[in-house]
Amino acid sequence: MIDEQKNTVVLSKEILQEIDTWVEKYPPDQKQSAVLFALTLVQEKHGGWLTEALMDAVADYLGMPRVAVYEVATFYSMYDLKPVGRHKIHVCNNISCMLRNSDEVIQHLENKLDIKVGQTTADGKFTLKTAECLAACANAPMMQIDKTYYEDLTKEKIDKILEQFD
Amino acid sequence: MVTIEIDGKKIETESGKMIIEVADAHNIPIPRFCYHKKLSIAANCRMCLVEVEKSRKPLPACATPVADGMKVFTQSQQAIISQKAVMEFLLINHPLDCPICDQGGECELQDVSMGYGPDISRYTEEKRVVDDENLGSLISTDMTRCIQCTRCVRFGEEVAGFRELGATDRGENMQIGTYVKSGMRSEISGNIIDLCPVGALTSKPYRFTARAWELTQANSIAPHDCLGSHIYLHTRRQEVMRVVPKENEALNETWLSDRDRYSYAGLNHDRVDVPLINNNGIWQETDWSTALNTIVEKLRLVIEKSGAEQIAALASPSSTVEEFYLLQKLMRGLGSHNIDHRLKQCDFSDQTHASIYPHIDFPYADLENKEAILLIGSNIHSEQPLAAVRLRKAVLRGASAWVINPVDYDMHFPVKKSDITTALVEHTAKIAKALLEDKPADIPAGAEALLTTIHVDSGAKEIAHALKKANKAVVILGAIAEQHPQAATLRALAHTIGHLSGARIVIFTEGANSAGAWLAGAIPHREAAGKSVAKFGLTARESLEAKLKAYILFGIEPELDCANPHLALEALKNADFVVVMSAYKNKEMTKYADIILPITPFTETSGTFVNLSGIWQSFQGCVPPFSEARPGWKVLRVLGNFFDLPDFEYASSEQVSDELKALTETINLAKGYSWYFPKSLKESSHSLQRIAEWPIYRIDSLVRRSEPLQRSATLEPLGVRMNGKTAENLQLKANDMALVQQNDNEVNLPVIIDARIPDNVVGVAAGYAETAHLGDTFSEIIVKKA
Repeated sequence: MIDEQKNTVVLSKEILQEIDTWVEKYPPDQKQSAVLFALTLVQEKHGGWLTEALMDAVADYLGMPRVAVYEVATFYSMYDLKPVGRHKIHVCNNISCMLRNSDEVIQHLENKLDIKVGQTTADGKFTLKTAECLAACANAPMMQIDKTYYEDLTKEKIDKILEQFD
Repeated sequence: MVTIEIDGKKIETESGKMIIEVADAHNIPIPRFCYHKKLSIAANCRMCLVEVEKSRKPLPACATPVADGMKVFTQSQQAIISQKAVMEFLLINHPLDCPICDQGGECELQDVSMGYGPDISRYTEEKRVVDDENLGSLISTDMTRCIQCTRCVRFGEEVAGFRELGATDRGENMQIGTYVKSGMRSEISGNIIDLCPVGALTSKPYRFTARAWELTQANSIAPHDCLGSHIYLHTRRQEVMRVVPKENEALNETWLSDRDRYSYAGLNHDRVDVPLINNNGIWQETDWSTALNTIVEKLRLVIEKSGAEQIAALASPSSTVEEFYLLQKLMRGLGSHNIDHRLKQCDFSDQTHASIYPHIDFPYADLENKEAILLIGSNIHSEQPLAAVRLRKAVLRGASAWVINPVDYDMHFPVKKSDITTALVEHTAKIAKALLEDKPADIPAGAEALLTTIHVDSGAKEIAHALKKANKAVVILGAIAEQHPQAATLRALAHTIGHLSGARIVIFTEGANSAGAWLAGAIPHREAAGKSVAKFGLTARESLEAKLKAYILFGIEPELDCANPHLALEALKNADFVVVMSAYKNKEMTKYADIILPITPFTETSGTFVNLSGIWQSFQGCVPPFSEARPGWKVLRVLGNFFDLPDFEYASSEQVSDELKALTETINLAKGYSWYFPKSLKESSHSLQRIAEWPIYRIDSLVRRSEPLQRSATLEPLGVRMNGKTAENLQLKANDMALVQQNDNEVNLPVIIDARIPDNVVGVAAGYAETAHLGDTFSEIIVKKA
């Protein structure tokens, strides 16, 4: 639902309740501390990406300047500001994974999905992104699809993993 | 206190200060970009690295507090090497486009790179390029030049309290902008141009018009609000090229409002170049002596036939002291006390009780130390943008602020509670009554009788007690309170609250020089220096209602500047003879005027403004008068001579102000307000009410002609504003055309849904040609679908 006067999206009661559980963890004058969680939640419930109106709604709810929310949302790679596929693939390309051939993992995914990093498949199933270190160096190379880590990747393993998604 | 040594110089200083503050105070130069004394410390540019004894690394002077016995070296080998290294990094991504950069010649980066930069860059890789953003009509961007010092971001967050700019993205991709590509709406946005140490943010109207080294700098006083900010006028070849703030800690600090900064762009629009005379409906150019002789002849005719009381003079509240003084001297010399500058006001019932002149009795800068603030009828960010900055400081230091306003304006600082209501009087009365109920010893006579019907609520009690408890409290009346139909009652209640709680009273008067107008006698009931008048003249309002035979208009456009523009136009069109002295012409003027005399704006005349603290601030003209225009005081002086009035021999404006100054020195200027209470409070009306504010850039002839200000996003679009509920009751939707009616006059305006406005109220701005045929600014109105 759109709030015409404020030009924002009206966040559902459930979302607001859940944001409140995070707001309560911080001192009352520091509501903005809940911004990371609020954005994650709002993104999850609205098709995996954040529109300006959604960010504005979060800013207004937490009493922050709107631009401060844009700063946060543009800083962290887990927020998407453009439409994405149903599943987000983050491939780590930092030093450990790179030494264990993450470049080949990326290449293989690009070929298999027929997209480049940053793009979404034509069927809207996958969006491919690279990520900074996700702290699974022991089992490099690795990738994260949605909320799950997949480690010790090989081409065969990747093919199998992708088959699980629809 | 601690003792430190900078470059071998022993300095005693307060502990807790940063090295850079101490160095600045002792004129020891340390290069810097992100540090600014009015902003928080970011320490992100690292340009101010200095060597400190016993520290293994160079330390940023802006973020290193002094300690006893500290030895700082700003010019040692380690310091210089560090500074040069930082400079090299900063220049990696900075374009080498100084020849086409507006900042060239006054650029901190350019200056510092002269001292610390390498001659030849070692960097051969690609430079970063950042898209420019359109920040509106006032600020021009070249974001590739940005060195990300974040001064502009911190200014928005800390000073303006209205954060529009941010640093989005990260690392190499970080950029400064609004992200949503909206123009800036802050009333003081232009200050980020001064803050920007490079050419990333520059002035849009000034862009590519002059170089810093071609400009001549003249001191002047800002002419749009009663603060009287100190400004520099930068001129080239006898033209004002731009306006920048002159630092003055007691008034404008290092800041300037956008209104004062950009109004110069209107200086040379629609100027009257020669005296014009209406010859049976045909406008002809004429010479000064013919024009003045005609005025003398026609006014004498009016005086002979109908008496001098049939002449009235209305002057802009931003006229100079000299102009006010000579205009009233002329009028009184002719035998009329009908002179006024209070054009936007409509309640004058307490005028004989007013203090000698409106001013505050504490240092203005002390506003930021107040602990409790009650703001009544004021859109302060629009009326007094820099006073709002002071109030914000006070609130951030812990002051509590309460607001009673007819519209829920964004205050850019936390407010304890806002009462949004058209019943300003009742809500203010409740607070006064709450104080009365504490049974104080000294109750002003008449207060109790007036407030018998008022019932106190807990909110009013809270405010009353907070004002009383605070060591430093202030009650502020803004333009809306001053222009209110019951302004006298509001003033009485504010003074009652002040009297019973110990709070000081601040009245933000209209224009740049209301205080000067009162002192100079540009009021109908007192002569210069407060000397009382046996038979009062007519107030601005009364003289228009009386439909007199002749009017002298000084520096005003009545249809845009008067509380009831319709009434003003009717009176003027009905008059036998209207003299207009104005720098600017407009179409309406040619319909009612008989003679138009070209006078000069503040940049072309010497003069004096008296600010809200009662400080006389004189300035000189910095460019010659446009064409045949003449300074207002000279025109009035010569007109006095043409009338053969005595004592009209002045060789300079200083002689005029000296004469007035001498008069004011013979009286007790501190003589304050004496109690005035009306018999009863007016019942509030239940019909649809109009609230008319003069929008920030529509308050006087000069700002109305500044095209960049007119296009600024700060100026809200004109329309009939109402909340969703009122719109529903009136069966209107956003963007519908509505027919707006007041006293048989009607205009069509688009409907704008504005949640800040209370029920059963519509906001229709004054100061526009579109609304110039409507009636009173605060009164009943009819709105229906067009």
